[in-house]
Amino acid sequence: MMVHVEEQSLVVVDKGQIVDKATQMSKEGFRLVQISCLAKDSYEVTYSFDKNYACAHVRVVLPKDNPELPSITGAYFAAFTYENELQDLFGIKVSGLALDFKGKFYKLSVKTPFAPQPQQPAQ
Amino acid sequence: MATRTIVPFGPQHPVLPEPIHLDLVLEDEKVISAIPSIGFIHRGLEKLVEKKDFLEMTYVAERICGICSFIHGQSYCQAIEGVMKIDVPERALYLRTIWGEMSRIHSHLLWLGLFADGFGFESLFMHSWRVREKLLDLIEETTGGRVIFGTAKVGGVRRDMESLTLKRVEDELKIIEKMSHELTDVFKKDSSVKRRTVGKGVLSKEDAITLGAVGPTVRGSGIASDMRKLGYAAYGKISWEPVIETGCDCYARCMVRCRELYQSFDMIYQAMAKIPDGPVDVKVTGNPNGEYFARVEQPRGEVIYYVKGNNTKNLERFRVRTPTFANVPPLVKMLGGCELADVPVIVLTIDPCISCTER
Repeated sequence: MMVHVEEQSLVVVDKGQIVDKATQMSKEGFRLVQISCLAKDSYEVTYSFDKNYACAHVRVVLPKDNPELPSITGAYFAAFTYENELQDLFGIKVSGLALDFKGKFYKLSVKTPFAPQPQQPAQ
Repeated sequence: MATRTIVPFGPQHPVLPEPIHLDLVLEDEKVISAIPSIGFIHRGLEKLVEKKDFLEMTYVAERICGICSFIHGQSYCQAIEGVMKIDVPERALYLRTIWGEMSRIHSHLLWLGLFADGFGFESLFMHSWRVREKLLDLIEETTGGRVIFGTAKVGGVRRDMESLTLKRVEDELKIIEKMSHELTDVFKKDSSVKRRTVGKGVLSKEDAITLGAVGPTVRGSGIASDMRKLGYAAYGKISWEPVIETGCDCYARCMVRCRELYQSFDMIYQAMAKIPDGPVDVKVTGNPNGEYFARVEQPRGEVIYYVKGNNTKNLERFRVRTPTFANVPPLVKMLGGCELADVPVIVLTIDPCISCTER
């Protein structure tokens, strides 16, 4: 019997620090693995990096109202796919995107479907 | 500057069974840049965690893709097991390795056929799929399904393989391996294959890292990155090294997949020789509370399964980052400067799986 759990680090930074952090990770030779988001009472955006199979996560917490982030495409061009996803699915405005599809990266029938939905009035 | 033309490639195209779109900016026949668009069939499966409990979500994960369905299920189970710290029986870990590698062989044989079809080598396409058909029969015999295995389960696997079945599977795999040699020799040596692939769609080692390439795409650029090295399932207990090629072109990415076929056969033989007796699952009690990023190597590359639970039956978040999604920026780079006629072949070398990407 064994449980396989990979050691992974997680730090939380302010959104103003994320570009510097990503630039530092890029200079140190880390690969951008993914950017994910959890929308609840606030938005948790998690950036994951990998070097030599060591995974490091950097998290930014954004308020529920008017969430905005600076783009890290200056450090990692590949971030444009994830950042367009944040815009299209979660409604997070990402400024300075190297390739901005302006909400048209995904063809969706519902606008920002993963953003917190307003409470339905009781019947 | 020559006149620039924008030619749409996809979402419907003979080499694409699934929709992806590229706006190709051309100067004469040369591609200057490519602008990708996805999301034509986005299904929003990640949202289903709000309705399905965390054990039922295994079935959803398996249905994200019909090619690597087992590994999707396995990855989801590993993510939940990571949060809940579930001890999985060793026999189940070996069975996951065997089925996972059978999936990889099946996926690579399917890709080799599609790749041959992409440059018009129809007999090679049919031969690849003929070999693959024999493997699908084995998958059906051991799991009950040809596309959806249905064997992944949080805490282990749903089915066992008796020792007689293991021996028979091994004997059949040796026949398939021999047939695969005849096939891969053509990809390796045929001049028409080389003419369409050598020096095409170059992705340098540096670009592969900075653009976040994964799977055979990154290994074809000389980088030994393979998540099986993390040692999940039984990969830490068998002897193997990542396959790499240094050509950085379409031919190199094809060769990585050809060589990985034999690596997968070898991994299965090793796993069959070492598989211990014992149970194949454990009872799962309680609900997931916490978060975990599981990283698993699919046939197309690293997949990320992120789960976050709040001690209820329904997860707070379930997120899948598929290998094709990661390989879109490298594809854009590969297409810059290529000839229009080479675009379909180059697109195929990332083995695009839109079903996965539009999870």
